[in-house]
Amino acid sequence: MKKTAKKLPMWLRYLINTVLFVALLLSSTAFINSGSVSPYHTKVIILCGINMILALALNLATGYLGQLPLGHAGFMALGAYSSAIFMRYITAMPGVSASAIFPLGVLLGGVIAAFIGFLIGIPALRLKGDYLAIITLGFGEIIRVVLLNIDDVLGFKFTYGAASLKNIPKTTNFFNTFLCVSLTAYIIHTVMKSRHGRAILAIRDNEIAAEACGINTVYYKTFGFTLSAFFTGVAGALYAGYLGVISPGAFGFMKSIEILVTVVLGGMGSMLGSIISATVLTALPEVLRAFSQYRMIAYSLLLIIVMIFKPSGLMGNYDFSLSTLLGKLGGRTGKSAVPEKEGEDNE
Amino acid sequence: MSKLVPVPSRGMVPERDVESPPVLETIHLGVDFGGLVAVDKFNIVIGKTEISGLIGPNGAGKTTVFNLLTNVYKPTRGTVILGDKDISGMSTRQVCRAGMARTFQNIRLFKDMTVAENVMVGLHHDIKYHTPGAVFRLPSFWRGEKYAKNKALEMLSIFNMQDMGDLKAGGLPYGAQRRLEIVRALATKPMILLLDEPAAGMNPSETAELMENIVKIRDTYQIAILLIEHDMKLVMGICEGIAVLNYGRIIAKGTPAEIASNPLVIEAYLGKKEA
Repeated sequence: MKKTAKKLPMWLRYLINTVLFVALLLSSTAFINSGSVSPYHTKVIILCGINMILALALNLATGYLGQLPLGHAGFMALGAYSSAIFMRYITAMPGVSASAIFPLGVLLGGVIAAFIGFLIGIPALRLKGDYLAIITLGFGEIIRVVLLNIDDVLGFKFTYGAASLKNIPKTTNFFNTFLCVSLTAYIIHTVMKSRHGRAILAIRDNEIAAEACGINTVYYKTFGFTLSAFFTGVAGALYAGYLGVISPGAFGFMKSIEILVTVVLGGMGSMLGSIISATVLTALPEVLRAFSQYRMIAYSLLLIIVMIFKPSGLMGNYDFSLSTLLGKLGGRTGKSAVPEKEGEDNE
Repeated sequence: MSKLVPVPSRGMVPERDVESPPVLETIHLGVDFGGLVAVDKFNIVIGKTEISGLIGPNGAGKTTVFNLLTNVYKPTRGTVILGDKDISGMSTRQVCRAGMARTFQNIRLFKDMTVAENVMVGLHHDIKYHTPGAVFRLPSFWRGEKYAKNKALEMLSIFNMQDMGDLKAGGLPYGAQRRLEIVRALATKPMILLLDEPAAGMNPSETAELMENIVKIRDTYQIAILLIEHDMKLVMGICEGIAVLNYGRIIAKGTPAEIASNPLVIEAYLGKKEA
């Protein structure tokens, strides 16, 4: 790296990123709301956003922390149910606007998922590899089964079990999904580009060496796992507000696998990869709807082809940085800008 | 400079130099793997700013001793005293925080991180800012990161590696990886540095340079160094005290000259003379 090359000052990079982010947020929201995008397409775009959050959250646990949890559907269910129940009760009160209170519901979904993730993480993260996968899979299933049967046990209507929880205020729209995706990307990015992020990456690369460097590996593994569960819960809350109806069946083991496939396809440790892959894997079945009998074949083929020709995933561990790109275009060498808008990460 | 003090007899604590208390002292340290006694009655005393060597034939238990000291393996018996603290039973992380850093025989770098970042992991506890500081990019974050980056490059300059800061650690040549591991260990601000075969795989000129640098590190940071090494030129050249390990027991301790002429050591390395 040339030392003589000029660098954009840090505040300018932030300013550029913030301005771009706000411009993109407002213009795309205006575009969606102008009616030139059909409600069907809007729904697909929102679903893409929810899957992006899921992929980004799991990427934190898998790609950065190097663990293999398979219970993220459970955290998603927790986020979805806690937010949905909260929203149902709060909107039953007079004078409460559902869309105004929704951020609180999303936050509640995230916090509850994070709390349970923390409790599960303490015993589960003592295990490694396959064992961690199996134990988190077990915990994920426990969450699903509890949600399915808790009403029968406690004797009052709470989750409505298999009959599914209905009449959840449909508050998820393009604007708040976009905002959540951006915040997820921003927070994960800033945490990873700090001493905490370095500790997390160090654990992935070599746990014994990290421990010998004085890193509290138990703390950082739990921290990373809890943060991952938090964002998964946020995605679940958005999902509940998106569908309006949720049932425990949607958060089974296959959902966890689906998120994992998204992360692996995008490239473990690449936020850009997670975002692209979530978009592709959400949009592909919709695009191929005309050939509905063949679309699962196309989906599977895509996975096989990517794994054969690019086993590290679409993006490997490459990440995008606006300032690096600008730097290349302008002959500058810039590093470590902090992007804020959807679909862009560090270098 | 205090020497490795010989242990008079079983059950007795080694003599201490009262004037300058030792930085590391082990008392009857030992570990069993199942029924196998891997290390037994390991007693050493290492003075402040002393460079000592731990040598012995393959399989003698040298690396096991390092793993016992840093608690990668839990000792079956014995005590380790670092400075004025009893660190036996502490976790690897706490041992590091108490002031003992180490390198590994099979290099354990953070391969996907850059050279500077590797050192910055070692500086983890030297940087003070919290998660909100990182998320909101508060001034404390920028101060901490700037300090860490500069400090990392400054420490890399010991081995003249300050220009390699932005390279991927996994892509470095072998010798540079070993040197980087030493810098990373130094970054944790140890009182004593344990080097596990620092010269393994290095050519003679690299080894000579390493010898100079080990002495330089000791002089600059005023720390003690304990090293495992097979390269006798290095061990005899820089160590002020040497302990020889065979079958998990110390068979000789002393200055390089004493060790070189010790019949027990010669026997351990070359075998018994035919009668």
